Amino acid sequence: MKIPTLRIYTIAYLIFLYTPIVILPIFAFNNSTAVAFPLQGFTTEWFYNIAHDDVLFRALQNSLIVSSISSVLSATLGTFAARASTRYKFPGSGPLMGLIMLPMVLPDMITAMALLVVLLSIGIKLSLVTIILGHVLICTPFSVAILTSAFQSLDKSLEEAACDLGEGPVSTFMLVILPLVMPGIISALLISFTISLDEFIVTNFLGSGEPLLSTFIYGQLRFPKYVPNIMALGTVLVGVSIILLTLAEFFRRRGIAKTGSKDTGGFL
Amino acid sequence: MSSEKPTMIEFKDVHKYYGDYHALRGINATIKAGEFFSLLGPSGCGKTTLLRTIAGFEGISSGVVLIDGKDVAGIRPNHRPTNMVFQSYAIFPHLTVEQNVGFGLRKDPRSKEDKARAVDEALAMVGLAGYGKRAAHALSGGQRQRVALARALILKPKVLLLDEPLSALDKKLRENMQVELIKLQRQVGITFILVTHDQEEALVMSDRIAVMFEGQIAQLDSPEALYRLPKTRAVANFIGTMNFLPAKILSEAGGIAEIEAAGLGRMALNVEKQVTGAVSPGGATVGFRPETATLLFDTQEATDRESMATVEEVVYYGDMTYYDVKLDGTAEPMRVSMRNVFGRPVLDIGTRTRVGWSPGALVLFR
Ligand SMILES: Nc1ncnc2c1ncn2[C@@H]1O[C@H](COP(=O)(O)OP(=O)(O)OP(=O)(O)O)[C@@H](O)[C@H]1O
Ligand SMILES: [Mg+2]
Repeated sequence: MKIPTLRIYTIAYLIFLYTPIVILPIFAFNNSTAVAFPLQGFTTEWFYNIAHDDVLFRALQNSLIVSSISSVLSATLGTFAARASTRYKFPGSGPLMGLIMLPMVLPDMITAMALLVVLLSIGIKLSLVTIILGHVLICTPFSVAILTSAFQSLDKSLEEAACDLGEGPVSTFMLVILPLVMPGIISALLISFTISLDEFIVTNFLGSGEPLLSTFIYGQLRFPKYVPNIMALGTVLVGVSIILLTLAEFFRRRGIAKTGSKDTGGFL
Repeated sequence: MSSEKPTMIEFKDVHKYYGDYHALRGINATIKAGEFFSLLGPSGCGKTTLLRTIAGFEGISSGVVLIDGKDVAGIRPNHRPTNMVFQSYAIFPHLTVEQNVGFGLRKDPRSKEDKARAVDEALAMVGLAGYGKRAAHALSGGQRQRVALARALILKPKVLLLDEPLSALDKKLRENMQVELIKLQRQVGITFILVTHDQEEALVMSDRIAVMFEGQIAQLDSPEALYRLPKTRAVANFIGTMNFLPAKILSEAGGIAEIEAAGLGRMALNVEKQVTGAVSPGGATVGFRPETATLLFDTQEATDRESMATVEEVVYYGDMTYYDVKLDGTAEPMRVSMRNVFGRPVLDIGTRTRVGWSPGALVLFR
């Protein structure tokens, strides 16, 4: 008999990948501070705890502020860069794009340290603003990558047609280009938001001590009695992520259906 | 008939370089108002480039382009009195049919109702009445093309530019659209400039055709003149088929040229009507179209002159048979096309046959 090696491998891989995520909600409802089997009974105490944790609330607030602003900025910058690189050929455009994409492969440590040194040496105080700065730097390459493919699949004659029909460059962009690359922009926003939300190194280096979700969680994990709280928080985050991704995929598919373009595969 | 019409577009020694590549090499031409004008030529000869210099998508390196008497240098496409039907149709996929057609009316000061009526009229004109609410991306190729036409014509441009608008359609639909486009052009009276690499399409549709090779206009004439008296062998070969035989000019006087051609013998040609082109170093050539010669069967009389030949190839097309025959004393086979008539046999390869021809149908390339 033939051994279904590939199938076994695939199943093992999926188990390895998702077991930790499945464990998360299990222990979030487990009535014990120790993360261990056997389970001790059902409780919602941990959720109650996190709902009434002021520091967590501040961290969440800060994270939402930082991630929202970072993702909007990086998607905007990404739009500009992707547009420029796909439509205009100018001297040095190749190396320039390389430099923009570099933070994607550069270790975050390096980016974070370099930024820290520069910021301190020119006398800028660390704050949420400096964190946003760092996050934009890290997220923008991902936005550029996603948006470049969106702009590349845009037929140039659509722009020319709009111009031919009397529209200037700005209204052409607003009326034709933007609606057609919107699915790409939404993807870029979402990816950037996610990257920014769980970014730890830059947040830790460039923060002023104000808690953000990632640094907060890291801090809490050092105290065993808080671990179940983190389990509960993680469960909430997983839930929110699933909802967000589902929404994004819904809008992406609707966009594709509306314009009749080919489905080139999103991230779901 | 078109000679008294005013000039709509004029090219004066237009050159265009893409980097080092010389894409347009001294274009001189005038296109008249209300004319159906075609730019015809093989791929890469610069047809699209020339069209785009009219629309304003390409600047020119030197020379002048005048539209309706005005130098359009530096004027952007959105401020030119031209509209374009793109090869890909460039239908906005996120809009409905009526939003597409009404796209150019955004800055129009008319009321919303008037604009809606204009859109309906434009749709009716291209045979798409009632399609307004459809999603544009769900249309067929032929329908998209009509939407693109309506979208351009609704703005009542002075010139409509069409870049191979029919090349994406299948043969049947293409032939229908050719007729519809001609009708539409007569109806609206707008100057149409059509880019095509399909000689048949150009012949069928145009008042005048500019045949382009390698960035230059090789000949600009009516379809009939192009077919009957092409200026160069290249033009003759691009428009239809022509057979060529080496020839010698014996004398030329009083508008009559005495020549001698291989396989055909001596004859006199009318210089004005039959002699063309600049003197070529390789010597003169006579040419004739396949349909101007006939194979003579049995005792059939020649209408004019006749020569002996051998059948080398037979291509049967149902209504027509194409014979490749080698005239005695020549090296290359000539093509002769014969309409098939009931009761007449198709000749076999190797048959000796008489070929009837007429000096009046020949063209001499100097
Ligand atoms: N943007 C460009 N940059 C460089 N070269 C170009 C550009 N556009 C066209 N060319 C070159 O100019 C020449 C003429 O191009 P053009 O598109 O006008 O040809 P065409 O006659 O329309 O051919 P086709 O029938 O293939 O459409 C071609 O050799 C083409 O490679
Ligand atoms: Mg072309």
